[in-house]
Amino acid sequence: MTQTPPPVLDLCKLEISLPKGADRPYALEGLDLTINAGEIVCLVGESGSGKSLCAGAIMGLLPEPHVRVTGGAIRFMGEELRGKSDAEMRKLRGADISMIFQEPMTALNPQKTVGWQIDEVLRLHTKMTKAERKARALEMLERVHIPEPASAYNAYPHQISGGQRQRVMIAMSLVLSPKLIIADEPTTALDVTTQLQILKLIRELQEEEGAGVLFITHDFGVVAEIADKVAVLCRGELVESGTTDAVLNRPQHPYTRALIGAVPALTPPPVKAASDAPVVLKGTGLKKTFAARGGLLSGKRKAVTAVKDLTFELRQGETLGVVGESGSGKTTVSRIVTRLLECDQGSVELDGTDLLAATPKELRALRQHIQMVFQDPMASLNPRKRVVDLIAQGPIVHGADPKKAREDAKRLLELVELSPAAANRFPHEFSGGQRQRIGIARALAMEPKVIVADEPVSALDVSVQAQVLKLLADLRDRLNLSLLFVTHDLRVAAQLCDRIIVMQKGEIVESGLTAEVFANPQHPYTQNLLSSIPGRDWTPPSLHTDAA
Amino acid sequence: MTLHMPPILTYALRRLVQAIPVVILIMIGTFLLLKLAPGDTVDALVGDMGGADAAFIARLRVEYGLDQPVWVQLWRYMVKLASFDFGWSFVYEQPVATVLMDRLGTTLMLMAASLSIAFCAGIVLGAIAARRAYSATDNLISVLGLVFYATPSFFLSLMLMLVFSVKLGWLPVGGIKTIAAFYTGWDHVWDVVRHLIMPTTALSLIYLAFYLRLMRASVMEVADLDYVRTARAKGAREGRLMIHHIMRNALLPVVTLLGLQFSTVLGGSIVVETIFTLPGLGQLAYQSVVQRDMNTLMGIIFLCALIVVVVNFLTDLLYARLDSRIELA
Repeated sequence: MTQTPPPVLDLCKLEISLPKGADRPYALEGLDLTINAGEIVCLVGESGSGKSLCAGAIMGLLPEPHVRVTGGAIRFMGEELRGKSDAEMRKLRGADISMIFQEPMTALNPQKTVGWQIDEVLRLHTKMTKAERKARALEMLERVHIPEPASAYNAYPHQISGGQRQRVMIAMSLVLSPKLIIADEPTTALDVTTQLQILKLIRELQEEEGAGVLFITHDFGVVAEIADKVAVLCRGELVESGTTDAVLNRPQHPYTRALIGAVPALTPPPVKAASDAPVVLKGTGLKKTFAARGGLLSGKRKAVTAVKDLTFELRQGETLGVVGESGSGKTTVSRIVTRLLECDQGSVELDGTDLLAATPKELRALRQHIQMVFQDPMASLNPRKRVVDLIAQGPIVHGADPKKAREDAKRLLELVELSPAAANRFPHEFSGGQRQRIGIARALAMEPKVIVADEPVSALDVSVQAQVLKLLADLRDRLNLSLLFVTHDLRVAAQLCDRIIVMQKGEIVESGLTAEVFANPQHPYTQNLLSSIPGRDWTPPSLHTDAA
Repeated sequence: MTLHMPPILTYALRRLVQAIPVVILIMIGTFLLLKLAPGDTVDALVGDMGGADAAFIARLRVEYGLDQPVWVQLWRYMVKLASFDFGWSFVYEQPVATVLMDRLGTTLMLMAASLSIAFCAGIVLGAIAARRAYSATDNLISVLGLVFYATPSFFLSLMLMLVFSVKLGWLPVGGIKTIAAFYTGWDHVWDVVRHLIMPTTALSLIYLAFYLRLMRASVMEVADLDYVRTARAKGAREGRLMIHHIMRNALLPVVTLLGLQFSTVLGGSIVVETIFTLPGLGQLAYQSVVQRDMNTLMGIIFLCALIVVVVNFLTDLLYARLDSRIELA
């Protein structure tokens, strides 16, 4: 009888304690997890669930002594890692266990070339000669499908794109054929088409090498795409684990059911009867170029076209989605129509008045009718002001009676499902989702006709995201608002938008009813976008969550 | 016409062209400011002579061109300056250029030594403090840095002099070399070094605190960045992390300050040179103000402006060399 090899990673009752004053005593409580060779195990959880600390514990890179492993076992290839000296751990790190991080932008040293950074792993762990190391690095760059490996080898990280940087990161992690790869949200910061490529690449290399992969993510779409097994974490506790099929399609635990229930399905809203509601916002022939940095005397200034010849219409009570990848110009559109950014050409009519031709005084009056909700609810609320003042500030500036404005602010808090008792608190006392509700209340305080929302749910966990989306849809229907909704997330767009425009490099490549575009995309770019949505073949089961 | 020059040369040329209006503006500004101050060369000369009658004073003024309107004087001065003619010093009875060149070496030596010591010690101590943040070592380094920073330079100079020259007798009190000793070769070098030890220490201790504080903050910030974590995950040792990943990136803001600080160190050298009677530009500046030696003073200011412009240019080059993200164009 052949003895089965020990699993690559075996976590047994792993316990990580948090410093005093944290929201809970343990970051992880009794986590059991096994990863066999050739297996991809997804560790799923919302922010603060302890999933990244789990990776830190395996690598021996926890911010000790504040956060440390206080119980359980971490066995790598049958060998206990707890209690190993720093020198012993250093030998394992990068050679037998390696990590891929989330932000390819910041995870590479900006002052060293790509080649140097891959070379460093080889220099640290092998006795290869300089020429051998270079050959190995180039071979690795080739394997992660970087065009022109030789020139990438000499490039600095800022000279290559985000997707390529992540490929470099992967090349660096796999250069010594580690037995365990820990990938911590490796595709979260990437565009959807790049994300799919990177997921495929991780799959491909992992199959070639037969390594075990611990894949940390918050995105069930990604799970559906890549995982063999899934473990779901909730506030440090393992609530459910099993095969991908079992967990995604037949979740048992209420928390998992709630999480999966919150994943926006890729089924667009039913087509409303052709609307004859009046057009409230109309953009015609919008154009914006940014002058690139250039010298005073060199006379060379390359211009970047962010938006060219953009025309759209938004009817009352309707939601128009603007989707595209980073650099497509969608955020520029949201800034132009609110005139936070001056555009070069074209007009934006708000209820028949040209916003772009308005004098500063007229503009101030018009601003009342068009309000913005921003992406980062923390950064867009003044941290030194109380919530009630944040909300009432707009109306007061526009001449409302301060006392009445504050009363109204409290009513608005109720409208966005926050307690009016929260009015006197500061933004940092709220969670991300609550802060975004405050942001929405702030926009609503002006009683606008149009709300322009720039990625309003991108920074939120999936369950919170679902709540905020529902709130936005409710308010839109109750107050007959028109919504210009900018997003990179096609699932979110499918959930909320009646019509969408798809942008690529500053141009609209396709527009129409969301249902029609999703069902039958015409432009190759749209087709590519839609086929890149992670887990597009998986339809989240419709679950009647006990919590709801 | 397209010139094919290395980018570094084009960059250098452009920076030099940009510096010209800066220097011209500085000269016009100082000239007018000095004219606003009461008293001129003639007043000082007459004062030294023990007084003279009004007719003689008026004749002196005509002779020196001081009877002309200010803008005429300014124009004449600027025209001469364009050909690097700084005029005649009535106090030293020599061309200003000669006086300046005599003194430049001492000041440059003092400043180069002080700045390099302050910079090197500052970044090393700052890095040590950051790696042991909030420990006793960190507190000691930070407090000492602050104490030296808060101490006026004249006080520090006098205390050093009191301890090492007066009490211990180890180092000479002032000057740049031992008078009438006529040392040659290495004896001469050693003599000059001994004379420079105290002024350099006084000047560098004060500026050390700047670099120390900035480096400490910078290292602490960089140490938390993602790429340092990446390097750690690769299995790199702490020492390696520090040198290749942390220090290299943390140095950038400190280098920027190096150029900006140069002008204040130049100012600081006036006090230190005067106290240690070092025959440098600082001491000369002080004496020129007292003696209303306009031409010499203007020459010093012109030279200093030029030095600061050149040093800032060199700093930018160094910065571009250190930061791969900057491309010279």
